[in-house]
Amino acid sequence: MPNVMIRKNDAGDLLFYVAKKDMEETIASVELDDAEQWGGEVELTDGSRWYIDPISPPPAFPTTLRFKRGDD
Amino acid sequence: MSALTREETQALIQEVLEVYPEKAKKDRAKHLAVNDQSVEQSKKCITSNRKSLPGVMTVRGCAYAGSKGVVWGPIKDMIHISHGPVGCGAYSRAGRRNYYVGHTGVNTFGTMNFTSDFQEKDIVFGGDKKLDKLITEIEGLFPLSKGISIQSECPIGLIGDDIEAVAKKQSKALDKPVVPVRCEGFRGVSQSLGHHIANDAIRDWVIGNRDGDESFQVGPYDVAVIGDYNIGGDAWSSRILLEEMGLRVVAQWSGDGTLSEMELTPKVKLNLIHCYRSMNYISRHMEEKYGVPWMEYNFFGPTKIAESLRKIAGFFDETIQANAETVIAKYTAEYEAIIAKYRPRLEGKKVMLYVGGLRPRHVIGAYEDLGMEVVGTGYEFAHNDDYDRTIKEMGNATLLYDDITGYEFEEFVKKVKPDLIGSGIKEKYIFQKMGIPFRQMHSWDYSGPYHGYDGFAIFARDMDMTINNPCWKQMQAPWQQSAEQEAAPLAASA
Repeated sequence: MPNVMIRKNDAGDLLFYVAKKDMEETIASVELDDAEQWGGEVELTDGSRWYIDPISPPPAFPTTLRFKRGDD
Repeated sequence: MSALTREETQALIQEVLEVYPEKAKKDRAKHLAVNDQSVEQSKKCITSNRKSLPGVMTVRGCAYAGSKGVVWGPIKDMIHISHGPVGCGAYSRAGRRNYYVGHTGVNTFGTMNFTSDFQEKDIVFGGDKKLDKLITEIEGLFPLSKGISIQSECPIGLIGDDIEAVAKKQSKALDKPVVPVRCEGFRGVSQSLGHHIANDAIRDWVIGNRDGDESFQVGPYDVAVIGDYNIGGDAWSSRILLEEMGLRVVAQWSGDGTLSEMELTPKVKLNLIHCYRSMNYISRHMEEKYGVPWMEYNFFGPTKIAESLRKIAGFFDETIQANAETVIAKYTAEYEAIIAKYRPRLEGKKVMLYVGGLRPRHVIGAYEDLGMEVVGTGYEFAHNDDYDRTIKEMGNATLLYDDITGYEFEEFVKKVKPDLIGSGIKEKYIFQKMGIPFRQMHSWDYSGPYHGYDGFAIFARDMDMTINNPCWKQMQAPWQQSAEQEAAPLAASA
């Protein structure tokens, strides 16, 4: 369950940054992303999957959230 | 020698790896790569930020070096205690040439060394009492210091001293920030973790100090220069460009910086990051907590400076954007004259770089402005995100090396035969004795500044006087020279 900082890059994509893992990836898709809530299954461009319980209302980025590994 | 092809470079890496035992070979192979610009993510071609192998010669530093030497040390109006045995502080004192203005020993303390000088009894009975006494003494001798930071050396973590308790107590007693930093040298694989720990200490003990204090008059054009350590005056030659653009530089982190500047940084409009590796952590924190955006910029060489100035101006209104163009135009004649003077002398020369965490990619533009080509680059302590940014800057089929060992570096140089090497003091004399021009790119070989347009002039001059120095023609003893070579100077003088 790493702490992940989500921020927008210059192109407007969401970046998934884990300081401890030294990992910065672009988010490819988010399961739930509308005016009501944000979260669920998150897939990164490198193919890895992560999960977060949907947050309502959607958080303002940048912010730090706790994600679970979505593989299992 | 012409540039190597991809296959030749790959073969060279294999050849160099040949001497290692099987296990070491497997590990080192991951740290050496041939650059391929089509690779999007560096982790597919190179491994970084891993523990160095025991037995090889690495030039990495420790977490204490990253915290005290790099991030905290240059903050001039604070006293930084090297808490532990005397050597760490003594050997890291003032070697980095981060310039500052002030009266040393009165209101600034940059080149001084404060240490608790641990003895055997302090290891056995703990050093907290000594630290407490030391801080009281400092307050008596140097009452104008604005704060104190306690930089832990290895034994502090090993014996389990409670420096946080001492810091809290003394902070209350002195009414000044006293910051405990847990940067024991054994933490992490290189100085990089020290940067992170130092950033976290700033986040926890400094950044929030002025929250709710509105007495500082904020302006629409406030920026902070982050990750410029003012080596040889770098931050000053950067700052004038920003000020000419009409921006107000509120803080310099941390070269020639002060504690109050750091405390005011969350109130700026934009954070400008030069050294991404050592200070991205605090910038990310300020973006999250205070909504201050940050951007990376590069003030090495006119091409990158113009690019950066325009990008910075893009965050502000038309006045600033117009000013940026004026600044670029103002210096155009100046830098064109420099290029006209030095480019013919440096055109086509090949450079190999091996520096810390930023310059292996940042100075490439400055070399290219002089018509030089960077044929190999590598970092001591970079992470994957640094290599992500490097791949695009470097040409195809050039060498990339991470945490290179002394042996590998020498072998690469023998084969690639660069005209100039830019690296640190530990490599300098080896390569000079091999007859290869060398610049010490950590502290600019006692020169500088290299940032900004003013710095570019000095950079070009330094590279020229190193590469075209007549001493490189005198590398062979006269009795070993052939008859023709001997005849040539005589003919010339006749």
